[in-house]
Amino acid sequence: MHLCLISRRLRLKYNKIHKRCASVTNNKKWQSVVGLEVHAQLNTESKLFSGAENTFGGLVNNCVSLFDAAIPGTLPVLNRKCVELGILTALSLSCKINEVSSFDRKHYFYADLPAGYQITQQRAPLASDGVINFQVFTPGVHKKPYNKSSKIKQIQLEQDSGKSLHDAELKRSLVDLNRAGAPLIELVFEPDLENGEEAAALVKELVLIVQRLGACTGRMEEGALRVDANVSLRRPGEPLSTRTEIKNIGSVRGVAGAIRHEIDRQRTVLEGGGRIVNETRAWDATTRVTVPMRDKEVVQDYRYMPEPNLPPLRVNLKTKEDTQDVISVPLIKDKIPELPEESRTKLTKQFQLKPEAAIQLVNEPVLLEFFQTITANRTRNPTKVANLLLNDLLTILHKRKINIDNCPVNDKHLADLIDFLSQNKINLDVCKLVIDEVIEDSTLSVKDLINSKGWFLITDEVVIINKCKEIIDSNPKIVKQYKDGKLKVFNALLGLVAKSTDNKFDMTLASKKMEELLKK
Amino acid sequence: MQFKFAVRTFSKTKYILLQPRRLNSKVPSNPVITLEKQVIQKTRVDINTISLLERLSLVKCDTDEGVKVLEDSIAFADKILHIDTTGVEPLYTVLENENLSLRDDKITQGNCQADILKNAAITEDDYFVAPPGNIPLHEVQSESKNEEILKKNEN
Repeated sequence: MHLCLISRRLRLKYNKIHKRCASVTNNKKWQSVVGLEVHAQLNTESKLFSGAENTFGGLVNNCVSLFDAAIPGTLPVLNRKCVELGILTALSLSCKINEVSSFDRKHYFYADLPAGYQITQQRAPLASDGVINFQVFTPGVHKKPYNKSSKIKQIQLEQDSGKSLHDAELKRSLVDLNRAGAPLIELVFEPDLENGEEAAALVKELVLIVQRLGACTGRMEEGALRVDANVSLRRPGEPLSTRTEIKNIGSVRGVAGAIRHEIDRQRTVLEGGGRIVNETRAWDATTRVTVPMRDKEVVQDYRYMPEPNLPPLRVNLKTKEDTQDVISVPLIKDKIPELPEESRTKLTKQFQLKPEAAIQLVNEPVLLEFFQTITANRTRNPTKVANLLLNDLLTILHKRKINIDNCPVNDKHLADLIDFLSQNKINLDVCKLVIDEVIEDSTLSVKDLINSKGWFLITDEVVIINKCKEIIDSNPKIVKQYKDGKLKVFNALLGLVAKSTDNKFDMTLASKKMEELLKK
Repeated sequence: MQFKFAVRTFSKTKYILLQPRRLNSKVPSNPVITLEKQVIQKTRVDINTISLLERLSLVKCDTDEGVKVLEDSIAFADKILHIDTTGVEPLYTVLENENLSLRDDKITQGNCQADILKNAAITEDDYFVAPPGNIPLHEVQSESKNEEILKKNEN
């Protein structure tokens, strides 16, 4: 009887384990496929086809030319700078530049598109067949960074539309045409990614690249770089299945969140026996869900046609001969600056930083600049500098919710801190206190500040030896334990020294002296 | 020297002199049979296609006359669809051998808000006012629900 019961229990337990395993494999039955399309606003004075100002936050409907408002009789004239920036970006992403490219009209009706069509490059884009290599590393999600790459199908020049503000209450849209006709490059990536974190890492890398090139401000919060994500699920080995498109995601973390949510949503639908419909969805950043858009069931037919007002765009691929209308590609190639990938390699090879630190530094251009200025003096330890920037400075800025671009602490402050640290004149706690003070008042000099607060460590050997003696005399028990071979208690003694002096001793020196005294 | 020039000029122009008909070689000298095919079954456009076209073009054509114009246009194009054009590059613009001219990146236009807004029927705070656009579906649905509730209340 007893035996019977045990066997039954065992069976139950076995069943439970079995079920759990089944649910795990169930999750693995689906493979998620993610492809991105990114629109980046080009950093130019004037618009793509008109001489109106290309700016963010101008007076409403003021940066608009007659062409941008689609007044009949106006014609497009292409901005040379846009072509140059497009080529520069394409070359940095190892694209093949097309010797001849052309423009097309993509038709759709919308209040913020006065002409009823957008001029883009559908048949023959500016560039094609590129690749972007990047590191995927989100602290807290990944333990180690890993390499990933995504192929680029094409890069094309196109016009932006105007901006609509939706007034749900009065059921109307308010239209501002300042953005209408602003220059964009659209980068179409192949569906080479698997999840939101990879997509977010790609976008972050792209932002860094376009910022280095000066092609785009990369300010996603201003809509200067916008991401559309195509997401689908399939069984491993099967062809791509129906996808949904999430439009206009406006932040790097939004990309990760939107894609993660969409993958989960599709998996739930599929496992419930449902079907995915090809639809456009929007990412709601506050409720953190994707929601379907209104134009769901409309068959999209953009009625592409060649733009009759623009002859083909030709570039010179071979020589450095540059004319007003035919841009020399080799000449632009010479202008490519150091790219983020190169910077990371430099940091790990030349400065011996860990890959994680290199990624984080390169991700924050301000910190990278600090690092470069501070380590220009070769006596400073690069790892210590990186740690100070990434652990202490960044943490304090985050805690105070200060944007790193407005960091009040400058390289001079940080360099002084590093020097005092390495000379053991201050410790890390003081370092954090100083950073806090400098954030309050950035005119302070680090040295004066530490002096006035009395934060410099005591390095006077006599003072330290005396204090150590005092501690040894007043704690005979611990000293006896130490002498009996319990070496761990050494730290307890040091702790007492630190405590009794308000952390103001140079502890490296104190530790040395204490050991000498105990060995006597 | 002069003789040489005369010979060269003659050799270049002899075809024009000897075969003057070649000057207008694009125009056939004898009548040719047209490439147009006349007897083709007329394409009929069904009601769903009409409504799709109306939605895409925002042009109303769902009348007997409208459908007839559309079907006639298709018939007009159908006449030449049998011609084999494989390997022939389409001509997109007569300027396709020209280079697209590029302008320098300078602000030369705009700054004319009053002119731009002059054409607008309704404005509000210098914005154009338009019917509601592409908004998330649940907002549309909740709106129509609200309307239903309102109607019920009225009843």
